[in-house]
Amino acid sequence: MATATGTRTIHIKVKRYQPDKDAKPYWQDFAVQAEGNDRLVDVLNKIKWEQDGTLTFRRSCVHGVCGSDAMRVNGRNRLACKLLVNDIGARVTVEPMLGFPVIRDLVVDMEPFFAKYEKVKPYLMNDEPAPRTERLQSPEQRERYDETTKCILCGACTGSCPSVWANPDWVGPASIVNAHRFIFDSRDHGGAERMQILGDRNGVWRCRTIFNCSEACPRGIHVTDAIEEVKRAIMFGTTDIA
Amino acid sequence: MATTQQEASPQVRRKPRLVAAYGSSSKPTSGGWETFSWYFLRVSGVALIFLVIIHLLLMHVINDVSATTYCFVVARYQNPFWRAYDLLLLTLALPHGLNGLRIITDDYLHSRGWRLVVQSGLFLSLLFFWLMGSMTIITFQPTPGVCPTTHTAMVSR
Ligand code: FES
Repeated sequence: MATATGTRTIHIKVKRYQPDKDAKPYWQDFAVQAEGNDRLVDVLNKIKWEQDGTLTFRRSCVHGVCGSDAMRVNGRNRLACKLLVNDIGARVTVEPMLGFPVIRDLVVDMEPFFAKYEKVKPYLMNDEPAPRTERLQSPEQRERYDETTKCILCGACTGSCPSVWANPDWVGPASIVNAHRFIFDSRDHGGAERMQILGDRNGVWRCRTIFNCSEACPRGIHVTDAIEEVKRAIMFGTTDIA
Repeated sequence: MATTQQEASPQVRRKPRLVAAYGSSSKPTSGGWETFSWYFLRVSGVALIFLVIIHLLLMHVINDVSATTYCFVVARYQNPFWRAYDLLLLTLALPHGLNGLRIITDDYLHSRGWRLVVQSGLFLSLLFFWLMGSMTIITFQPTPGVCPTTHTAMVSR
């Protein structure tokens, strides 16, 4: 990774949309002085604080944990707080993620996304009486679904998926990642139910293994591989597919 | 942009046999229709690669198109193997293609009503063309006296 510092000018083109006054979205150019080690979110903050207070975008933790600031940067979904100016070049295009209704500027409506997330029942389901201590699990059993626990629900994968762009009703990669997290958890008993949901018309089979999701994930989850595992579990009728 | 991709633990998914599913309830009951449809597309796709290439070679490359006449078919269909071959080709290719179209309508037609109309149309055309095709393949008999009998020996291989 480049380590160049020093101030330089970033030309940033932002897709603006304010439904109360704009008939349709338009592009606006900004020039910002930024350090190489600044993050894109810092650049956006500079615009908001110093040039145009109406620019609207979500951010909260600013450390890649909360998943608030997924947006489309130079055509790829990224977290603005995990992207260094060094890594994006002098000309940047920033727009809201595709596949989501835009509320304003870079802020998209996450409600449909969370509705689809809830569809796969992303919580522990176990009908046995709760034990007095923890439900124990071997390190290997824990490791089986470790990768999919890392999801921060930023929506970068779902917003990068052409199947989602074509069919907004499809559950999308993020939901399947979170289903995977429980389907392959030895403590969970809801696998059959989730696989029933995901074996349906808007379930896993709408995935065409395009791999945009894996490329987009800011947590480095191999999203497409996780989806493939759920597919195989449904196909073979068992989670013992390795 | 390497910075965004660094965090996952590498290759945890490939560990074999780590799931001890409690009881039967964590196992899926069965795949259902969409799963079958997906599986059928894959399996028929693999079979069709060979079936279609052999068909194309026989009908368009090894035998010139001008030679694949009525009498060519008469000669070919003396051998039940080719009838079975064509029936298999028809039975795999037709649902493969129409199922593909059905999936495209699932992707792009968002109105329930239109989907119902188009998918019913697809299903009916599947039924119609499969019946027509398989009836022809199974019941085809040459019109007597049209083709010289020697033709038979010439082209059936
Ligand atoms: S602001 Fe929390 S993930 Fe970027």
